[in-house]
Amino acid sequence: MAKPNMSLEKVKMPEQEPHIRNRNFDEVALGYTEEMAIEEAKRCLNCKHRPCVEGCPVNVKIPDFIALIAEGKFEEAYQCIRETNALPAVCGRVCPQETQCEKYCVRGKKGEPVGIGRLERFAADWHMKHVEETPKKPESNGHKVAIVGAGPAGLTCAGDLRQMGYDVTIFEAFHLAGGVLVYGIPEFRLPKAIVRKEIDSLKNMGVKVETNMVIGKVLSIDDLFAQGYEAVFIGSGAGLPSFMGIEGETLLGVYSANEYLTRINLMRAYDDAYDTPLIRHKKVAVVGGGNVAMDAARSAMRLGAEKVYIVYRRSMDELPARAEEVHHAKEEGIEFKLLTNPVRILGDEGKHVRAIECVEMELGEPDASGRRRPIPKEGSNFEIEVDAVIIAIGTSPNPLISRTTNGLETNKKGCLIADEKTMATTREGVFAGGDAVTGAATVILAMGAGKTAAKSIDEYIKNKNN
Amino acid sequence: MYQIVNKRRLNESVTLLEVDAPLIAKKAQPGQFIIFRVDEQGERVPLTIADFDREKGTVTIIFQHVGRSTLMLSQLNVGDDIYDFVGPLGMPSHLEGIKKACVVGGGVGCAIAYPQAKALHQMGAQVDIIAGFRSKDIVILEEEMRAVCDNFYLTTDDGSYGEKGFVTDKLKSLLEAGNQYDVVIAIGPVIMMKFVCKTTEPYGIKTVVSLNPIMIDGTGMCGGCRVTVDKKVKFACVDGPEFDGHLVDFDELMARNSFYKEQEANHECRLLKGGELHG
Ligand SMILES: Cc1cc2nc3c(=O)[nH]c(=O)nc-3n(C[C@H](O)[C@H](O)[C@H](O)COP(=O)(O)OP(=O)(O)OC[C@H]3O[C@@H](n4cnc5c(N)ncnc54)[C@H](O)[C@@H]3O)c2cc1C
Ligand SMILES: Cc1cc2nc3c(=O)[nH]c(=O)nc-3n(C[C@H](O)[C@H](O)[C@H](O)COP(=O)(O)OP(=O)(O)OC[C@H]3O[C@@H](n4cnc5c(N)ncnc54)[C@H](O)[C@@H]3O)c2cc1C
Ligand code: SF4
Ligand code: SF4
Ligand code: FES
Repeated sequence: MAKPNMSLEKVKMPEQEPHIRNRNFDEVALGYTEEMAIEEAKRCLNCKHRPCVEGCPVNVKIPDFIALIAEGKFEEAYQCIRETNALPAVCGRVCPQETQCEKYCVRGKKGEPVGIGRLERFAADWHMKHVEETPKKPESNGHKVAIVGAGPAGLTCAGDLRQMGYDVTIFEAFHLAGGVLVYGIPEFRLPKAIVRKEIDSLKNMGVKVETNMVIGKVLSIDDLFAQGYEAVFIGSGAGLPSFMGIEGETLLGVYSANEYLTRINLMRAYDDAYDTPLIRHKKVAVVGGGNVAMDAARSAMRLGAEKVYIVYRRSMDELPARAEEVHHAKEEGIEFKLLTNPVRILGDEGKHVRAIECVEMELGEPDASGRRRPIPKEGSNFEIEVDAVIIAIGTSPNPLISRTTNGLETNKKGCLIADEKTMATTREGVFAGGDAVTGAATVILAMGAGKTAAKSIDEYIKNKNN
Repeated sequence: MYQIVNKRRLNESVTLLEVDAPLIAKKAQPGQFIIFRVDEQGERVPLTIADFDREKGTVTIIFQHVGRSTLMLSQLNVGDDIYDFVGPLGMPSHLEGIKKACVVGGGVGCAIAYPQAKALHQMGAQVDIIAGFRSKDIVILEEEMRAVCDNFYLTTDDGSYGEKGFVTDKLKSLLEAGNQYDVVIAIGPVIMMKFVCKTTEPYGIKTVVSLNPIMIDGTGMCGGCRVTVDKKVKFACVDGPEFDGHLVDFDELMARNSFYKEQEANHECRLLKGGELHG
């Protein structure tokens, strides 16, 4: 093997300049060229004990695909990733690599880890650009499976089952498939064309997608069984937004991040050709510190806001968002109000938001989550003048399905109870995975659950018919 | 696709469409609604299920053309498809146990109130209907409503038809005359529902209203439809759209519904000026 590239830093990712990109919705990171990818790939030491692979929830064969990139075998690298990951173009962009694969990279002990996510994205983009897929439609084995929800969990489960020969139909509540990938994560982080292409390739494989189907309303899980589906996978996500329960949350200009991002992403409200209205606010406070909060803040900036604040009650170290998003948000001029917690939202005579009143926090003893618990500092209240407040403090699973299905049990948080190994729920023939089971988590975990469920469903149906 | 099988203009600005949607027709209950989109660029707009025919597999909607989406919908014809049509959403009306009801409809709200009057009537309850309109030329569904009630009262603001006055005037006189209702169901403009509730409050009569906040998904995922009921925040699309009117904060709802007025007005201008729907 050629001598490794011993640079302590990743090959720099070309990006749109912060002051330009914070006014448009085009993708921020532009992707490696072939030369850059090869150079970065050469930083990998091809470690025998493969610690990075363990860090990846779907165990992508990281050193193997990176070695192929280093040799310029880009399509082979892509195929190598595809063996365990159905959506590399998505994961390369949105996985929290710093807490997964890259966290364990040996090169990260001194300097930056290998840019595993960037290389994964490169291989996927290269494939999309250069290789015409010839759709393979596996022969039907005559068994029908229904998938509820077209997010990463449902899509992955559907793809794997179709591959095994099942007749798969996805039932999606929205008018468009993709789940959070289309309604939540903005275009500038994950171009919708990529998601569309992945869904088209599933359709080409013979997966049927029925949109406008709110399961629990138009059809129940029992109806699906009655229609001849032998098993059902529920990947309905965690779409129910939490509010804070503070004064002023129904004022005009207060949104859940779901509403704000859905207007922008799914309904394309920033594009004049689309009908859904959207107000371009001048000063915006986003409450929360996760990916959702970063996405909402950066979207508000792109819609022309002068000031956008992230209001987060803990400190920088506890911010749950991907490191790259926090970095990008700062570059784009988002102001972080840390150790700050809202206590109420104030309105004017017309019931429009005028300010958000906050209190300063300090960190006390670690709480159940292991993070130091924020405690309000008495008398430290202050106001931030804003005309919009976006609440991004979390979501939980929607009860539409659990409430209309006998025998389907949920935990205290409303998450469907499923066996970790098989993803089987408490109801026979019904499997579940992704955010619907874990609560809001990550794309890659949802995909992993979809994969596991596909295997279990296959076994279940085979056993039943024996 | 969701094909239009029947179309009727009820007045200058209100249209009835019967739409082929067998799965929705099978599950629909009075009080529930659908969400439609006219085209790829369209917004998601909620409309009440005004009627349904389980055998034919059709759902009827009746709507007023107030903005771009409803105007475009009204321009579709029999044989055309509606791009997206999802439902039935929301909770069904709670009609069990009602023996005597007064159903109050205001304008196009009559279309939303009609299925409830019909269901009550079919259950054998005594039903009085008060239907209010601005003037004679916009009266809708008169025959249909007459057919499903015991007493029918029609009011117009200008006195051009029926009795002159507001629905609340008529309701008040019925209550003063000693009519006892188990429930008053009021559906119409927010301001009308607010005053119906004010009218019934002193009599302690349970008053159910159907709220029409701005919605996106209709499944509980955006929270845009939040309304305050009994000082608690509810999502109208999943907890409602019907609520106990005496507990609803109507002023807040009115303010929230006007949030996008300016922007929607622009849309309409574009539509009316350009005469061109979508590029
Ligand atoms: C704004 C935002 C940013 C994020 N950023 C990242 C990130 O950078 N990296 C990362 O790894 N993760 C991120 N996440 C989290 C990640 O997107 C989710 O964990 C993942 O999408 C979960 O996948 P899922 O398939 O379980 O559910 P979802 O993606 O939520 O999909 C569920 C689907 O089911 C449909 N559905 C729901 N109820 C019904 C019903 N009754 N009938 C039919 N269909 C139904 C929904 O409409 C939806 O399409 C982000 C989330 C958000 C909201
Ligand atoms: C559960 C529910 C059931 C409904 N049922 C019916 C029905 O059966 N028939 C019917 O005619 N209408 C009904 N509506 C109201 C209907 O959804 C609105 O009139 C529709 O959104 C208008 O869309 P548009 O694009 O044509 O007008 P837009 O251009 O969106 O709006 C025109 C004007 O109406 C205001 N507006 C927008 N949305 C609403 C709303 N939800 N309520 C009040 N004002 C609004 C705007 O601020 C603007 O001033 C219902 C609403 C809900 C929430
Ligand atoms: S799927 Fe995600 S965690 Fe796994 S290697 Fe790729 S970027 Fe890393
Ligand atoms: S740990 Fe890092 S250097 Fe080692 S194989 Fe994995 S990516 Fe390469
Ligand atoms: S319309 Fe989105 S939650 Fe009700």
